[in-house]
Amino acid sequence: MSRAGTKLDSKKVNSELFTLTYGALVAQLLKDYENVEDVNKQLERMGYNMGIRLIEDFLARTGSGRCYDFRDTAEKIQTGFKIFLGITPTITNWSAAGDEFSLCFEANPLTEFVELPDHCLNLKYCNVLIGVLRGACEMVQMEIACWFVQDQLKNDNVTELRIKFIKRLEDAIPAGED
Amino acid sequence: MTGITISAVRTRTSILDKSLSKGKGEVSLSCFALLFSELVQYCQNRVYTVPELQNKLAEIGTEVGHKITDLLVVREKGGKLWKSLFGREADKLEHANDDERTYYIIEKEALVNKFISVPKDKGSLNCASFIAGIVEAILCDCGFQAKVTAHWHKGTTYMVKFDDAVVARDKQLEDR
Repeated sequence: MSRAGTKLDSKKVNSELFTLTYGALVAQLLKDYENVEDVNKQLERMGYNMGIRLIEDFLARTGSGRCYDFRDTAEKIQTGFKIFLGITPTITNWSAAGDEFSLCFEANPLTEFVELPDHCLNLKYCNVLIGVLRGACEMVQMEIACWFVQDQLKNDNVTELRIKFIKRLEDAIPAGED
Repeated sequence: MTGITISAVRTRTSILDKSLSKGKGEVSLSCFALLFSELVQYCQNRVYTVPELQNKLAEIGTEVGHKITDLLVVREKGGKLWKSLFGREADKLEHANDDERTYYIIEKEALVNKFISVPKDKGSLNCASFIAGIVEAILCDCGFQAKVTAHWHKGTTYMVKFDDAVVARDKQLEDR
């Protein structure tokens, strides 16, 4: 491979190839499963598998350390979206306790070219993102919950992803690493 | 605070109302690689043999290929498909000596194979079957009926075998 291949920039792929591959995957799942709920679950599971590995890439690229608080985490998640999907969702709607916030997406490479047919209105098309976040946070000893509040595919103005801090996973620290 | 609902159905802005992007967007390779890995694992769990797995990947690739043709047509963009899709040109294009229908596209390191290590018991598996499916769909959609398969040879080689009719037509055009 040429030297240019080792540049950071060239570690990118055409987003349409990504979009369409994801679309083909979702379409295949819809064909294979009778129940839309099962498709949602499967997408989340796949996202989880991706998340537990993507976090390594994130840490390697950013060299970031532990988060001081959940606001810190929110910013890092935002950076993650920038690095991996090339988009910057806005962080909004903080809860008073500071343990819950929303990420709002104007555009999202996953949903480009996508229109949900009427029989798929229960499909959480982007559920893979939820899995990714859950997996990635779990690997840094954080349990979170997340869900979609609004979805552009369901005709909302933005796609809003709500993220809630559940607890620190103390037990997950490997022995001898404290 | 909720507004007064007048109609049960909200008017939907159709996807056709939006303008088509220029197609210059990029996502990180690790993201794509992990997604592809999930796709391969999913397919693997649903088949028994390596050829079946390759067929399944090619089938899904075909779906992607059809959509890419649509994009190419709507954008009226000729030029270098390979480069726009995979970020660089293929390493080599060869014409088979003994068969005028057959061409080989050679890539030392196919995008999808970059992070895939093939298990020993599945030696012949080449996940670039997915890419072969994409290429086949695009060729067929454009009126060049062909069969495209992926093989391990000098890296990954895609064997493009055109239908006799395509070759015959090409000759006719040349003769004119």
